[in-house]
Parts: sequence; structure tokens; C-alpha cells
Amino acid sequence: MDKILEVKDLRVSFNTYAGEVKAVRGVSFELSPGETLAFVGESGCGKTVTAKALMRLLQPPFAVIKEGSSVRFEGTEVMDMDKKALRAYRGNDVSMIFQDPMTSLNPTMTCGKQIMESLILHKGLTKEQAREEAIETLRLVKIPDPEKRVDEYPHQMSGGMRQRVMIAIALSCQPKVLIADEPTTALDVTIQAQIIDLLRELRDKLNVAIILVTHDLGVVANFADRIQVMYAGQVVERGTAHEIFYESRHPYTWALLNSVPKLGSEIKQELYSLGGTPPDLLLPLECCPFAARCEYCMPICREKNPAEEKLSATHGCACWLLHPNAPKVKTFQERLAEQK
Amino acid sequence: MSEKILEVKNLCKYFPAGKKQTLKAVDNVSFYINRGETLGLVGESGCGKTTCGRTVSHLYTPTSGTVIFDGKDVSTLKGKDLLSFKKDVQMIFQDPYSSLDPRMTIAEIVGEGMDVHFKYSTEEKNQKVTELLARVGLTEDYANRFAHELSGGQRQRIGIARALAVEPRFIVCDEPISALDVSIQAQIVNLLIKLQKESDLTYLFISHDLSMVRHISDRVGVMYLGSLVELASSEEIFSRQLHPYTRALLSAIPTADPEAERSRKRVALEGEVPSPINPPSGCKFRNRCIHATELCAKEAPVLTEVEPGRFTACHHWREAMDV
Repeated sequence: MDKILEVKDLRVSFNTYAGEVKAVRGVSFELSPGETLAFVGESGCGKTVTAKALMRLLQPPFAVIKEGSSVRFEGTEVMDMDKKALRAYRGNDVSMIFQDPMTSLNPTMTCGKQIMESLILHKGLTKEQAREEAIETLRLVKIPDPEKRVDEYPHQMSGGMRQRVMIAIALSCQPKVLIADEPTTALDVTIQAQIIDLLRELRDKLNVAIILVTHDLGVVANFADRIQVMYAGQVVERGTAHEIFYESRHPYTWALLNSVPKLGSEIKQELYSLGGTPPDLLLPLECCPFAARCEYCMPICREKNPAEEKLSATHGCACWLLHPNAPKVKTFQERLAEQK
Repeated sequence: MSEKILEVKNLCKYFPAGKKQTLKAVDNVSFYINRGETLGLVGESGCGKTTCGRTVSHLYTPTSGTVIFDGKDVSTLKGKDLLSFKKDVQMIFQDPYSSLDPRMTIAEIVGEGMDVHFKYSTEEKNQKVTELLARVGLTEDYANRFAHELSGGQRQRIGIARALAVEPRFIVCDEPISALDVSIQAQIVNLLIKLQKESDLTYLFISHDLSMVRHISDRVGVMYLGSLVELASSEEIFSRQLHPYTRALLSAIPTADPEAERSRKRVALEGEVPSPINPPSGCKFRNRCIHATELCAKEAPVLTEVEPGRFTACHHWREAMDV
């Protein structure tokens, strides 16, 4: 199938007083139409920066997308787009929903106006047409009473409703790619379940590809087709949901899977916690970024960064443990099976 | 053996909401906590968990009802007794960013409570601060730093050290982990469990993260719109739920296991929590409940012990169980 989005060797740095923070260090991936790809990792691992770089939302000169980075949308290079092309690309082709629905909506505009804004701009509709369309979009995201709600302000709505309005704005111009940056982190579990169900339904109905940025492995498990585990600005492991949850090979993925409390575990028993902190992104990183926190660290890990090894057509992992000379270690899943 | 350290009876906390309306944040809540035990309090945002915690620790004065701590009615405490109650009951707050004074050093923050409750000399105090920092897993280098120099997890450790500084017996943990990363959450929960074992502490653990609550709590109470709807041991409540709301709430937790997740049956919860200013008559959950009948609209169910140690507030829990 044709790829809708192809990202090659994406590198993003931030210029700070302390020096150059290399937040994204060579990320490559592809996205097919109608597919859901999830970025998973701790805070500060470059998930959001990657997502924003795809839309060129990072502001120069503080944030710099490095030479040699390439983002191609349906074959067109996004990095070479001029202002006008970029304007058409954002919102029309690719749109984004943000983490916090409280702060990302404009409090001085009605929800309807905020949806109409992009419709008038991108699709050249008249005000009346845009209003009709806005009501339809609100109905699509299952807001009850859309005719009435369209004239309400964000503060009159609950958190879940606001997130629905955000989704409505993002989907109003029928984009081909939707980037959802932690769409449910600020919401309650019951509302989270509703929003995820809504996103799944819309994905199947509109055939929109979704990039889901999250740190919650639970959300990813029943929603994502493919998962990309990120650490210190790099992709350390990628694969289908099945491959990541049942056949993962990277110690960091194991640590992430392990730190989720299991519903069958014993009460008040010590939870697994990954010691240490992620590496300082100011420093050049020649070694494996996870070496300092890895329980299987070998001398080679401190010298050279492992290249990504292909384990199957979809499964890739960057770890020296996969080298033929490396000692055999038990994977997280094998240990889990032993415990049972 | 199990001695009640805290007992709450028919606790109510109402706030005026303008236009002669009242917001019933906590409405007729009763429970007890045994010494050395952890009671988890869960529910969606706005259900009154935090207000309940704050009323229990006497930060809010209850509208009606009593809080009995260590055999004494808290509202009647005065002078020395009140001071000692305030020493015994401490709180850990949700947001480690706004709950630490940015202009005070860590040593000052941790030592502030000691000045009120103990008469330590400067050396004693410094030594105590160092000890406390060590207990929460920080070195003494942190004593002279400011809060902005620390990460979220480290700040939450300071919040815990501050609570421990006055040697409390009961700590209200108000969403202590929800502002933290997953891997840091595990560290803080482990720390809280360790401290509880060391000093025989009792916790009221408020959170909306059900899987963490299950992990740390002996018993769990579920709140909905200001009322307690179910209360049971955490083993039981997670294996078999009596109240339809608890069932829906638990089934909404996503699990990190794609296959189990796909085969799992969801109890979908339609709509959102109604406004606490104008809740439905009778059972507050009835407009979202699939088992609701006329009885539910007329009469509010009371929290009753339906099985030994298991409390639920539902007219139809028996029929709802069979579905």
C-alpha cells in the first residue's frame, strides 16, 4: 500500500543558553492510510517534538530541524514547503489534537466559531455553510444537541466535551493524518474510554491515519496497530502491537511493560521501578542511550550506539543483545511465563 | 487487633454556589480506617474525593457530621489537643509544583513544621532534616536547594518528607502520583508502602488511578457525586463488584495486554457525571445506570453492609450482579 507519510532521519535540536539540546536524534518511520501508529515513552523522550516537527510547528530559531531531515507527505517534501503550501498542508492534510483541552481552545470564541474558522479558511465556505458543516462535525463527534452546543463557549463544557470539540476542529477539513498528542491524559478513565472509542470509530469511518502520542501503554494496547517505543530522542523498538506486547526484545520496552501494575498482582508487594533518569540530551551520545539504566548493560553498550536490527517486516529493535555474540537473556515475556 | 484510628460519621460538606443553590461536595459519607491500614478513595473528577480528604484532615469545617480521630470528636478539640491533632494528621498534595514555596529552601520547607510542634535546637533540626531526606531517598545535598531545581518525582519526595517531619500517625495522600510519569509513580508508591511498614502509618489514599489504588490499599471506597457507593477490601472489589458504577469504572481501565483487551467486555458508561448542584433525585447514578427503576428515582439507596465487610448503596445490586 502507498505510504501517506514517510519520515527519514528526523533530527530536531533546541538552542538554549546551556547549549544545543538534541531532542530528536534520527527518527525514521512510515505511515499508511487508515493506520494507527503510537509513540510511547517517558516524558522528555521526544515524542511530542517529533509530532510537532511533522507539522513544522516548532518555532525557529529556538528549535531547529536539522539538515538532512526529511518528511514526505504523499511524496511531497514538507521541509521544502513555502508559507502558502504549508498553510494548506496544516489543517487540511494533517491536523493535530493537543493534550489539554482546557488551554488549547480559545475561551473568547464559541466552539462553533472555532470549528468554522478552519472551514472558511481551508475550504472557502461561506459563514452559513460553515455553520451547517460545524454542526455536522459536532454531531460526528457525538456531542448531544449540536445545534445548541455550537453557540456555547468552552467554559460551558466539561473536559470530555472540550476534547470532542478539539477532535471536531481537527477533523473538520477531513485530514488524511490526525496527530493526537496525549489526547486522554487530562481526562477521567470513563471519559478516556469514550474518547478512545470515538477515535477508533472515526478512524474506521473516515479512513484517517492516526499518530497517537502517549505514555499510557494501556491506551495503546487496544487501539494502536503499530507501536514505536522512544527513548532519548531515538526509536529503540518498533513493531505491531502484538510484537511489542508479547515479543519485545529491548530492555527498555520490558521496563515500561513491567512498571504497569498488573490487575492480578499481589497487593502491597513492591512495584517494579526503573532506577535512574534519562540521559542529558545536551551531551553528545555515542553510546546506547539506555546503557546507564539497563540491567543487561555490556561493555560495548557504553561505546557504540546499536543500529536497528530487523526481526520481521514490521519488528525492529536497536539493542546489542540482539548481536549474535551477545549472551542470551530471558525476555520479559519468558520471565512472566515462568512466574506463572 | 484492628483498632479504628479514624471514624467518619454522616459527614457532609456543602458549598454555597450562588443563587441560593448549594453544591453538595460530600453528602452523608461514613467510613472508618483501622490503624496501619490504607483506605483508597476512588472516583471521577468532581466526585468529592479531595473535599472528603480535606474535611477529614480538618482543613475544611464539615457542614454536619462528625470526624472521630483516636476516639475524640475533632470538632470539639481546642488548644493543645487541636495542636496535637494537627501534628498527627498530615497531608500530601497532588501537584508537587505548586505545593512547595518557591522562595524557601528544601531544609526550610521540611523543617517548618518542626518549629511549631517540637522545640529542636538548630543542630538537632538540621540532623532531623538530613535523616528525613535520607528516608525519602534524597541526599543531604538537596537541603539547601530550591524547589525549582528538582524534578517532579523529587519534589513529591520533599512533599512526603515535609509530612513525615512532624511524626504523624495518619496521612491523607491527595492524588500524590497523578502528576508524575509512570516509572516515577512506581517509585513513589514503593516509598509510601515502605514508610508505612517502618512507622506504622495509616493512609487515606485518594486517586483516580484505579490500578495504583488497588496496589496500595487494603480497602477501597468508591465515590460518585459526593456519596460513597461501594466499600470493600481491594481484593474483593477488583474481583467482584456489587455496584453497577464500580463495575463500569473498573471496566474502563485499559490494560497493557492487547489480546485480553480485545476479548474483554466493556460496561460502557454513557454520558458524563451530572452537575453536583442539581443531581438526579433518589439514586444519583440512576440516569446513567442500566438497572435503574422507578424505585431508584424515588428513594436514595443507603450504604449498607450486604455481605460481611462489603458495603454497597444500590437497590438492585443482587439483580445487577446476574447480568
